[in-house]
Amino acid sequence: MEYFLKLFLSGTAKGSIYALIALGYTMVYGIIQLINFAHGEIYMIGGFTALIFGGFFFSKGMPVGFVLLFSVLLSIIYAAAFGYTIEKIAYRPLRGKPRLSALISAIGVSMVLQNFVLLAQTEKFLPFPSYLPEFKWLQPYKEYINSTQLIILGVTAVIMVLLTFLIKFTRMGKAMRATAQDMHMAQLVGVDINQVISMTFIIGSALAAIGGVLICSYMGQINYYIGFIAGIKAFVAAVLGGIGSIPGAVLGSFVLGWTESLGTGYISSDYEDAFAFIILIVILLIKPEGILGRTRRQKV
Amino acid sequence: MALLELKDVHTFYGNIQALKGISISVDEGEIVTLIGANGAGKTTTLMSICAITPLRSGQILLNGKEISRVSPNKIVKMGVSQVPEGRRIFPQLSVSENLDMGAFLRTDKEGIKRNMEEVFAIFPRLAERRNQLGGTLSGGEQQMLAISRALMANPHLLLLDEPSLGLAPLVVQNIFEVIQKINKERKTTILLVEQNANMALKIANKGYVMQNGIIKSADTAAHLLENEEVRKAYLGL
Repeated sequence: MEYFLKLFLSGTAKGSIYALIALGYTMVYGIIQLINFAHGEIYMIGGFTALIFGGFFFSKGMPVGFVLLFSVLLSIIYAAAFGYTIEKIAYRPLRGKPRLSALISAIGVSMVLQNFVLLAQTEKFLPFPSYLPEFKWLQPYKEYINSTQLIILGVTAVIMVLLTFLIKFTRMGKAMRATAQDMHMAQLVGVDINQVISMTFIIGSALAAIGGVLICSYMGQINYYIGFIAGIKAFVAAVLGGIGSIPGAVLGSFVLGWTESLGTGYISSDYEDAFAFIILIVILLIKPEGILGRTRRQKV
Repeated sequence: MALLELKDVHTFYGNIQALKGISISVDEGEIVTLIGANGAGKTTTLMSICAITPLRSGQILLNGKEISRVSPNKIVKMGVSQVPEGRRIFPQLSVSENLDMGAFLRTDKEGIKRNMEEVFAIFPRLAERRNQLGGTLSGGEQQMLAISRALMANPHLLLLDEPSLGLAPLVVQNIFEVIQKINKERKTTILLVEQNANMALKIANKGYVMQNGIIKSADTAAHLLENEEVRKAYLGL
């Protein structure tokens, strides 16, 4: 039971990270029906930005709290700018064209960004110093959960609440929901869909950057390639939950996190990455639209 | 000067030409109807006015100002609202959220509230169902909601695309009465696309008959109702 609890909590922390990335996939898909394959790269760039700025601020002798705050803020801004720009130059010109074009463009962007970071930085794994605080009072429980994991859980929970509020109650949120449901009709009531789409990319990228900083702090290392596997996993989580559905992405991420964690704990850690795809296949066989996905019924 | 004027409008879907030089003029305060068979280009005409399917050549003037290169949201801001074909209710938004979306560009909270009460007075059914999701309404209720949503923008010009489609005769009657009422009481100019030519011509001042992307004839509604050719082709008499 103790062992189970331990695995469950580490799975939850893992799931939280997947959720931060999966939300970007699902929000973009919900609005423009594009699988944004470059999204994993945004997450990686978020991590790198925090590493670079964090190191810079730290070398200037700033207190750790400020280093953390500023490096995270800058990484969010940087990643959001990347997301915004990618949509503008790689996807917007292809809007209204066959969907496959934008998908290929997304894969292209992903490769460009990976190789850009490879050339600009290094192909080696770099150590990622954690500026996250250690909680003393958590010491007795560190068998189950450590400070970084707890912070990951807390940050994700706060972000989920904020995001739900934004989508449910704000004007921009309503415009996003309306655009996702019927883009032309949203235009006919006066929604500027370019603005909505840009905003979706900005929010999704900001979340991915936060996820990037958290996971790098947790793992203690970073590499130009981490976006690829994390991106694929988060994509699996989004599909698992029902792509286009926001609660679905969160649920799918936790299911994936738990499966991986329990699978490695009870079966074998050699198959860690395989569990993600096994559960994907199982769920898609039972419920092809995903756990919370809706089949689109057309009313004539 | 006409409120809305289309001059030699050509619109394409890819390589297929849907509009082959349409000219229409709608005066302030009028009800103008556009009739014709399926595929004549009626819906495309409305979508071209709203800049959803941009035109390739020609001009669209609103109050004498060229709007054919203006983005859709700005056209809404200029006072043009559309009730599109098939109603296009936001299915996962509640009735009142759908109405809120209709008032998306407005900032006068008081006015929006008053407006919402007005549409609830016109369609009491919507008031009863205000918290229900749009997608769960019946066809007739969805049509009421679509019209109400367009009214929430307080439009100067209302474009209606086949409001009678798929509705029971009694509901159609009700919808047409409301259209006339909107025109009379709110002084809203209306461009009405209809397959039910008989009913449309009865409430309209002027009519255009479309066929294969061109305007076949244009006249006062009263004349069109008596026109032999129109009667045969579109009124089934």
